[in-house]
Amino acid sequence: MLKLEHISKTFHPGTVHEKRALQDLSLHLAPGDFVTIVGSNGAGKSTLFNAIAGTFLPDSGTITLAGADITDLPDFKRSKDIGRMFQDPLKGTAPNMTIEENLALAYLRASHAKSPFSRVSKADREEFREALSRLGLGLEDRMRQPVGLLSGGQRQALTLLMATLVTPKLLLLDEHTAALDPATAEKVLALTKSIVAEHRITCLMITHNIQSALDLGNRTIMMSAGRIVLDVADGQRAGLTMEDLLALFREKTAQKLDNDRILLG
Amino acid sequence: MLNMTVITSALELGCIYSLVALALFLSFRILNIADMTTDGSFTLGCAVSATVALAGHPFLALPVAMLSGAAAGFITALLQTRLGVPSILSGIITNTGLYTVNLAVMGFSSNVNLLKAETLFTVLRDKVGGGVLYRLAPAFVISAVMCGAVILFLNTRIGLSIRATGDNPDMVRASSINTAFTITLGLCISNSMTALSGAVLAQYQRTADINLGTGMVVIGLASLIIGETLFRRGGVGKKAVGALVGSIIYRFVIAVALRLDLPSECLKLISAVIVALAIAGPHVSRRLAEDRRRRAARQKGDR
Repeated sequence: MLKLEHISKTFHPGTVHEKRALQDLSLHLAPGDFVTIVGSNGAGKSTLFNAIAGTFLPDSGTITLAGADITDLPDFKRSKDIGRMFQDPLKGTAPNMTIEENLALAYLRASHAKSPFSRVSKADREEFREALSRLGLGLEDRMRQPVGLLSGGQRQALTLLMATLVTPKLLLLDEHTAALDPATAEKVLALTKSIVAEHRITCLMITHNIQSALDLGNRTIMMSAGRIVLDVADGQRAGLTMEDLLALFREKTAQKLDNDRILLG
Repeated sequence: MLNMTVITSALELGCIYSLVALALFLSFRILNIADMTTDGSFTLGCAVSATVALAGHPFLALPVAMLSGAAAGFITALLQTRLGVPSILSGIITNTGLYTVNLAVMGFSSNVNLLKAETLFTVLRDKVGGGVLYRLAPAFVISAVMCGAVILFLNTRIGLSIRATGDNPDMVRASSINTAFTITLGLCISNSMTALSGAVLAQYQRTADINLGTGMVVIGLASLIIGETLFRRGGVGKKAVGALVGSIIYRFVIAVALRLDLPSECLKLISAVIVALAIAGPHVSRRLAEDRRRRAARQKGDR
């Protein structure tokens, strides 16, 4: 479904601030893959998402989504097929527009082959109401209220619904529960799980919570210094505990340090 | 104090100028852009309308004026979305350039009069044979139709995209919306409405003048804000209607001021004060409330 081939990106090349954010990174995702990504700050996780979403163009390498080469496509053209959620709940919804209008926008943008003057029908609105009621937050009775009145958790749940209202080819979740209180985070995570499973959405999720990285999805990758240092799936992953993963992480990153020392020596 | 003539002329002018308030509702409120092109595109609408009407096409004058206004909006949008000129400055640049364009449209004369030419109002008058409605009816129909069209438009896919562009740029950047396009389209539409307002006004008063648009952005904002204070709550539909109503009220305020022998030279200053107070109002009252709370807290602490 998603194929990254030898992606490299260096920020501020040739200056003292030079940062090799992604180094010859390759990643293949099968349709329906739900991959969790862990790694320390600066490992390149969000940079990877930015490269996929088209926030910047990679220095080298190709990106293919569902068979189409999207390497040089501007971000707004990709996002028709790619849903994305950020840590900040304020980033995903328009506060002065109503819940219904936000959903209408997401729905009309993502559904293909519609005129720019298309509007939502009564039936569409009924569908929005049903989808909202499945969130179990009582939002279906507040469709005419501006989104700015909702709490962070409610807004994040709404963003999730907007991103998946029309099933995207790929869903990018960038620590989307990190800014929420534990109970709300739990709830949004459960919603994520059920929505992704229901529509069999191919999904990448960044998290700092090692336990949920192992619990969710079918595959976990670990990043360090712009590279994928560990990639475990299904049966291989099932036996891993949090401690195993941390140990593996230390082993992999230390090994890399040793290599560097050898090179420098 | 207000006789029938004064009331109808306030209603007529209110309807005609409401298109500017509606245009600013789109640019200033929806897109969150202070569009300084407004003054220039209003005069452009006047100039184009007068020139085309003078050539014998009073009805064709309106769409042509709208196209010219859209072109002005396009230049402003191009400057800020593609060429990196700061948003306010790009409007000011277009506005400055338009001064020459407007003079050129009027044959390098600072005014054009239509006293002997047919206007859409005289054509209608000749059809219905006078009365009071031949001026009010078309003015009202034009503004009501535009108001309705704006409301419908704002709930279409492209309309919702334009609203999101002004409301949450972060969200829009991550979604499939090309902000350069939505800003361009928004400014083209708003300036075409401003130009339409100028176009109707030129034919209404049978003259176009290079200075007609001066201060129009402030007058439009004053009307918009009056409308907003009346319709505090509600969706875009209510707010768009509010712009129309606010514009009519503004014209009544002006009519009363003129009745009180206030020299017409003072009107722009009054509009400026209304806008400054209305925009500063919520900010000042919040500051005052904070100060009061702080003082109260300090007094408690002293005891």
